[in-house]
Amino acid sequence: MSCDRADTILHGYFDNELDALGAAEFEHHLEQCSECADGLAALKSLRSSMNRAQLYEKTPAALRKKVLADLHVARPVVIAPARTQWRWLAVAAALLLFAYAGWRVVSVFRGDNHETVLAAEVVDAHLRSLQPGHLTDVLSTDQHTVKPWFDGKLDFSPPVRDFAAQGFPLQGGRLDVVNGRTTAALVYGRRKHLVNVFIWLSSEPDAVPREGSTQGYQWLEWRAGGMEFCAVSDTAPADLEQLQRLFAE
Amino acid sequence: MSNPVLGKGADVLEAQDQVRFETLVLPHLDSAFNLARWLLRSGADAEDAAQEAMLRSYRFFPGFHGGDVRAWLLQIVRNTCYTWLEKDRHGKDMTEFNEEMHGPASPTPEALAIAGDNRERLTHALESLPPRFREVLVLRELEGCSYKEISVITAIPIGTVMSTLSRARRQLQVALVGPAGGDCP
Repeated sequence: MSCDRADTILHGYFDNELDALGAAEFEHHLEQCSECADGLAALKSLRSSMNRAQLYEKTPAALRKKVLADLHVARPVVIAPARTQWRWLAVAAALLLFAYAGWRVVSVFRGDNHETVLAAEVVDAHLRSLQPGHLTDVLSTDQHTVKPWFDGKLDFSPPVRDFAAQGFPLQGGRLDVVNGRTTAALVYGRRKHLVNVFIWLSSEPDAVPREGSTQGYQWLEWRAGGMEFCAVSDTAPADLEQLQRLFAE
Repeated sequence: MSNPVLGKGADVLEAQDQVRFETLVLPHLDSAFNLARWLLRSGADAEDAAQEAMLRSYRFFPGFHGGDVRAWLLQIVRNTCYTWLEKDRHGKDMTEFNEEMHGPASPTPEALAIAGDNRERLTHALESLPPRFREVLVLRELEGCSYKEISVITAIPIGTVMSTLSRARRQLQVALVGPAGGDCP
């Protein structure tokens, strides 16, 4: 090798680790250096070989079971993301952790453990839903499509309404599990945000909304008509209150 | 291999830590197993090592104060695996690829393409590299890690990740087309 860049910069370029200026400079160099051009072709060939060979080793089911048993995980976990999804998780992780310090302080003062756990569960479910492919089971903006979809899947009939005219377009629905209960999850858009409204059966009397913030997410919980509602989003608290009033109308 | 950490469950985390652990760390079990599998070159050993690493991460979790959770977990996996490699001196792991012996000549893209189409050969070639080269390739090519993440996981200075990858790739290319260096000039 006579070109020293073939052993250094070439790899940074190939791995998309150069800044724009560095990449442009190297591309200019590539046009004149056959050694780097050949090197780049070889790297591409190597990478596509590795991709084709599918060298990624799948986790054996037995290991997954052992780990879950070790770590006292009773409920099903989110299955590991595909490689393209990890950025989403990184975003979710960053949000979660950013808010974590605040949460610790809040939970100390509130001391309401049940509520804390429930809020954490709901936010957890909200975060899960943001992973690609998890948001909706029935993708429709039409309440007359979404509502019948829940028939036979739940032992109650959640109120499915589109509030597009009021700025909360219905985007779809899915089944989710919150706190061990099967719930209906309705997904609404709110400007560029998403709102999950979890609905489950409740034997408690109607209750006025309670709001809070967990891990950086706003939630608003209320009970009406034998159902418990919990709206979660990263949108403004006022938005959730408005959505609650729409449900109450 | 007997292991004092295994065989019993971990202490229970507080409820909110448990939820965070399940949301943040558990989804990376596949990454943990995959890295362990390639570092230890054995599926069975990797199962034990990944299980041990998950338990450790569970114990250390209250001390995790944010950042890249996958990199944090893979650091633990890597440390666990290196401890295993240290203990497991059966000789296999000591016969590392010798750069001088195999020569620095680079094989042609054609020779590489042909050799690379054989999964078994690719696996053997990757396994013939020393762990420090194997890990950067696994992290970069299989796990899609950035140089920064590779630096965090492997404790290689960020400025040296590129040259380490370069040497690792060169060795893999040479190993792929055989000790004779294939039909390179």
